[in-house]
Amino acid sequence: MSKCRIPLGPFHPLLEEAEFFNIKVEGEKVVDIEMETGWMHRGHEKISETRTFTQSIFLVERICGICSTSHPFACVNAIEDIDNVEIPERAKYIRVLIGELERIHSHLLWVGLAGHFIGYDTLWMWAWKYREPILQLSEKITGNRNHYAMMRVGGVGRDFDNSLIPEINPVLDMLEKKMVMLAGAVNDDPVLKSRLKGVGILTKEDAINYCANGPTARASGYDIDVRRDDPTAYEVVDVKVIVTQNGDVFDKAVVRVLEIIESCHIIKQCLKAFEKVQGPIINKVKEISPGEGIGRYEAPRGEVFHYIRSDGTNRPVRHKVRAPSFSNIPTYKASCIGIPLADALITLASVDPCYCCTERSLKVFDTKGRRLEESLLKLSREKTKKIRKNFYADGVSPLERIFEL
Amino acid sequence: MSLYNKIIKKSIWVFHASASPCNNCDIEILDLITPGYDIERFGIKLVGSVRHADVLLVTGIVSHKVAPRIKQLYEQAPKPVFVVGIGTCTIGGATFKQSYNRAGAPLDKIIPVNAFIPGCPPKPEAMIDGIVKLLGTLK
Ligand code: SF4
Repeated sequence: MSKCRIPLGPFHPLLEEAEFFNIKVEGEKVVDIEMETGWMHRGHEKISETRTFTQSIFLVERICGICSTSHPFACVNAIEDIDNVEIPERAKYIRVLIGELERIHSHLLWVGLAGHFIGYDTLWMWAWKYREPILQLSEKITGNRNHYAMMRVGGVGRDFDNSLIPEINPVLDMLEKKMVMLAGAVNDDPVLKSRLKGVGILTKEDAINYCANGPTARASGYDIDVRRDDPTAYEVVDVKVIVTQNGDVFDKAVVRVLEIIESCHIIKQCLKAFEKVQGPIINKVKEISPGEGIGRYEAPRGEVFHYIRSDGTNRPVRHKVRAPSFSNIPTYKASCIGIPLADALITLASVDPCYCCTERSLKVFDTKGRRLEESLLKLSREKTKKIRKNFYADGVSPLERIFEL
Repeated sequence: MSLYNKIIKKSIWVFHASASPCNNCDIEILDLITPGYDIERFGIKLVGSVRHADVLLVTGIVSHKVAPRIKQLYEQAPKPVFVVGIGTCTIGGATFKQSYNRAGAPLDKIIPVNAFIPGCPPKPEAMIDGIVKLLGTLK
């Protein structure tokens, strides 16, 4: 059967961010997928070198609008790691509270979009309806619906208003009830089940080989969670890590729904603690000494990693960011190949890819200072081709000859 | 023109293009069509192709890679099309002002713009207000 190429994107009604997929199909079956990114690149790491440490926090917040507290969380962890700064207990609870509110709204967003992708717009509308009260709570607590600007080096920027506790509790109760209902509805629906169960399976070995993390890895039975493994503020609460075994799209959805419920429990622990734990919310840090720091945080999509090197001035010398989607997106190579085209999209979406987070790679300039528009992938392949010609007369390596037969 | 404007006021179809934003403005735009705000009651609808659109919403700082595409999108749209820049990014680049990959901030370096809605991200109410004000200028 002849191969056919289906381009998807960069501006496609299904995709909310601009990205480009080149899907090769044989009949109905997907045989290969190539991805082109770079549409969202804004050059954070370079800008960060021109900002002070505190300004960097606001900058990394704008890496991604959905996990807009995960990046600052990891960033302040990295800066605090340089000088081993301790943060006050109340600040820890506030950080956890904001982080978990964000996790809830991010997972609800995914549940909704997943419904949209498989043609269940009702699910989309429902999920986003329940997301709205969470955003309003965030606005009440922090002053903004999405970019919270709460993290500071040594603590948090704003105190939590204890009089909000009676308002938050009913919303969490409602959400928990609705999530149980949603999980029941999904479980009872045979159409939804046949659409998601056994689709796009990522085995545990593949999850480890591709360095998957976050819900993508946990749905495949790989038990990792930075909140439990390397806590920097989360040691004050109990975190139950949710792991399922099958690795298909259904399990990824289950993990996320259960995590929403678990996040509600964590927030309730925080609310209980706020009544008892009073005191300062920030340890003033006057200056950052020369050195290197590493910060990790479990974002809704997986582990986000920040590295900061300081030379004793008020600016970072190097600020490196690794977003979870960077290692999660390539898992489609293991889960998408060989499945029908109709299932490919939901499998691609099941890792909850975030291109805004991932795209911080650098542009390549040639010797005359012109920007090379071709993708890096193409460049590197051409280079291999060139080198290969020097070694083999016909440009085909022995390894490729084996596969040609 | 006036008949066209009279009709278009009743039902505007919107196409949304994300040109290197931080994603937040896009999410807030999607929020508008969900039950919390439900702008479909005003006849505003998100469509899948720019060829059906009356309004083009653009978010983000428009990097060098997307700039030609945004121009192409604008050329493909049936005229008259109203362009609205959402977020501070399209106005001055917000926090990415010094970015080396910023081709279009302000956005009217690339395509003509009818309205800007400031905010990082603008609140959904602000977006509705901006669109309503834009419609108010139509005679
Ligand atoms: S204006 Fe702010 S929220 Fe909107 S895309 Fe730009 S940085 Fe993100």
